[in-house]
Amino acid sequence: MRKVLRYPLQALNYTLFMLLVWYFSAAPPYAQLQPDQAVITVAFSHAGERREECRQLSREELDKLPPNMRAPMDCPRERSPVMVQLLLDGKLLLEEVARAPGLYDDLGVDIYRSAKVPAGKHTLAVQMNDNVRVEGPTYTHEQTVTLEPAQLLVVDFNSETGSFIIQ
Amino acid sequence: MNKRVNPIKRSYLLLEEWFTVSFGADWNPLYHLGTLAIFFFWVVLISGLYLFIFFDTSIAGAYASVEYMTHEQWYAGGVMRSLHRYASDAAVVTILLHMFREFALDRYRGFRWWSWLTGVPTLWFVITVGITGYWLVWDELGLYVAVLSSQLMDSLPVMSGSMARDFLAGQLTDRLFTLMGFLHLLGQPILLVFAIWLHVNRLSHVGITAPRGLAVGSLLALLVLSLLAPATSHAPAELSKVPTVLHLDWFYLNVYPLLDKWPASQVWMLTTSVTLLLMIMPWLPPKKTGPAAEVHLDECNGCGQCAEDCPFDAISVQARSDDARWENEVVVNPAQCAACGICVGSCHSSNPFRHAKQTLETGIDMPQFPIEEVRARTDAALAGLSGDTRIMLFGCNNAADLEEFQSQDVAVLSLFCTGMIPPTLVEYAHRHGADGVFITGCRTGDCYYRLGNQWLDQRFKGRRKPALRQRAQRDRITVYRAAETDTAKLRRRLAEFQRDIAALKQEESAAKARQDREASDA
Repeated sequence: MRKVLRYPLQALNYTLFMLLVWYFSAAPPYAQLQPDQAVITVAFSHAGERREECRQLSREELDKLPPNMRAPMDCPRERSPVMVQLLLDGKLLLEEVARAPGLYDDLGVDIYRSAKVPAGKHTLAVQMNDNVRVEGPTYTHEQTVTLEPAQLLVVDFNSETGSFIIQ
Repeated sequence: MNKRVNPIKRSYLLLEEWFTVSFGADWNPLYHLGTLAIFFFWVVLISGLYLFIFFDTSIAGAYASVEYMTHEQWYAGGVMRSLHRYASDAAVVTILLHMFREFALDRYRGFRWWSWLTGVPTLWFVITVGITGYWLVWDELGLYVAVLSSQLMDSLPVMSGSMARDFLAGQLTDRLFTLMGFLHLLGQPILLVFAIWLHVNRLSHVGITAPRGLAVGSLLALLVLSLLAPATSHAPAELSKVPTVLHLDWFYLNVYPLLDKWPASQVWMLTTSVTLLLMIMPWLPPKKTGPAAEVHLDECNGCGQCAEDCPFDAISVQARSDDARWENEVVVNPAQCAACGICVGSCHSSNPFRHAKQTLETGIDMPQFPIEEVRARTDAALAGLSGDTRIMLFGCNNAADLEEFQSQDVAVLSLFCTGMIPPTLVEYAHRHGADGVFITGCRTGDCYYRLGNQWLDQRFKGRRKPALRQRAQRDRITVYRAAETDTAKLRRRLAEFQRDIAALKQEESAAKARQDREASDA
């Protein structure tokens, strides 16, 4: 084909290519959230209680240990998993059971879970169990929240004060 | 019988043909997908450097600085931003097309395994550079990308602490943002360059520059798109809000919506599995490469032409290991040899006229189809011709099937690659009964072994050694390249050539008769 006749074809090809690039660079739109929805995110770091209680060593047990290792208390390293439940208007919204990380299951857990909920007024209850030696929740919190559409509500936990913070 | 061509390959070859009609073989973008992708990276790099001058690498200032460039400085910063985005997207399209092409044409297995294996993670490198780029704009999309990327990272067992928590209100610092800036501007591009180097390091004569016409056309097209549809931002990121509708760049962010449906660990599993599956494709099933080329030192003077011509960097020149008077010898690395035979065509000793020994030996040869056999089969094919216009048709195993062209007028010989043809073989065919020599093979610009077509053309034009001699009957030689699906065109072209040769013969015999008459009159 003569070179001059190729130019319109080339223009057509470039146009098609650029249309493809342009369209998929920003379309089709993705609706992450419906207009009447909000998001609740539970996010905190917390170390569960030890699986076993610390124990006072007897005089005989201490004497058997090398002098530099005679700590009066024996504390097993393994920590309990942390179980957290979020209830919205009395219904289970999300539940997470996080095993303590680390070679000896002895580190703190990081929890990050989100759920989409309808915007509006709700009763939000959080329950957490961080001790295998205790039946049922070790921490609870209940609060009425009013969620705006597209609002992100964060449920945090302060390990020092042992309280949930909802903001 | 026509070679069976699978529908994917057939469709691809059709598309390729359309682009050859539009751009010509030299500018056919499908033959330059790799260099086009690199060209788009150049556009990304240059536009990115400009954007960096005005970009504020802080949480408070990033969005405003991008908005300033987009709206206040639309004629320069805005255009540069759009070029930056669209060229990045165009790069992904060309890379995906590049992958599809190699797959459709079955050019990803056998000796090509390394390029494929390293190419797959290279695509991921490109994607991650794009991801950090979207992060830096720090609009709603940037926040979305940041949070979800952090969730992906947090789900890896090697990560301690939670990155995603940093994005909750009040917990984000400029340090992470600066780190992202560093990664996007320097760390990831350096890794990408290294990945590209790995991708091509088993090839020689690697082209990294797109043909000028194609580069100019692509840049103009990007510029027009940037002016007509400038890239814009979403609303600024608000840590206490969740973006609702997002205009995702699907070329880069297509995995993210999955995180809405699946846990991050499952998304990792899916992407890792797809990546691994793609990476092991060259062995599903493996493709056998023929035995590697062999060097015959007693015929090799160490000129190094074969090493220069090898498309896969499988031949090297080293100091002579025997007592011959030559300084160097060549060595073949069998692990990289594609068994294309191009080196045989490069060797000065591959001259079928040589009769010094009982068998024809050359400096470098293919054990499964040595030059001696090429000569013998040429002889046999020509001896079988009984027509008036005898044509020797040479072709290659990766293009149009030659079998159906065999007739009383046409002798055929298919080689591994037409780059395997030493120019003296063409003269030999003429001397041994061929009225014309017709050479076909992979389409122009699309040699299965990369450089065979190019080297053959250069040898015939006298620009590459060994060159076709000046006295060769050039009017009785033609080259017409045809893929497996171009059989009809090849048939037409061959018939034309036969007519031309017949006319030439007629002219010659008329001239001879005239000369005889003149001689007898005298």
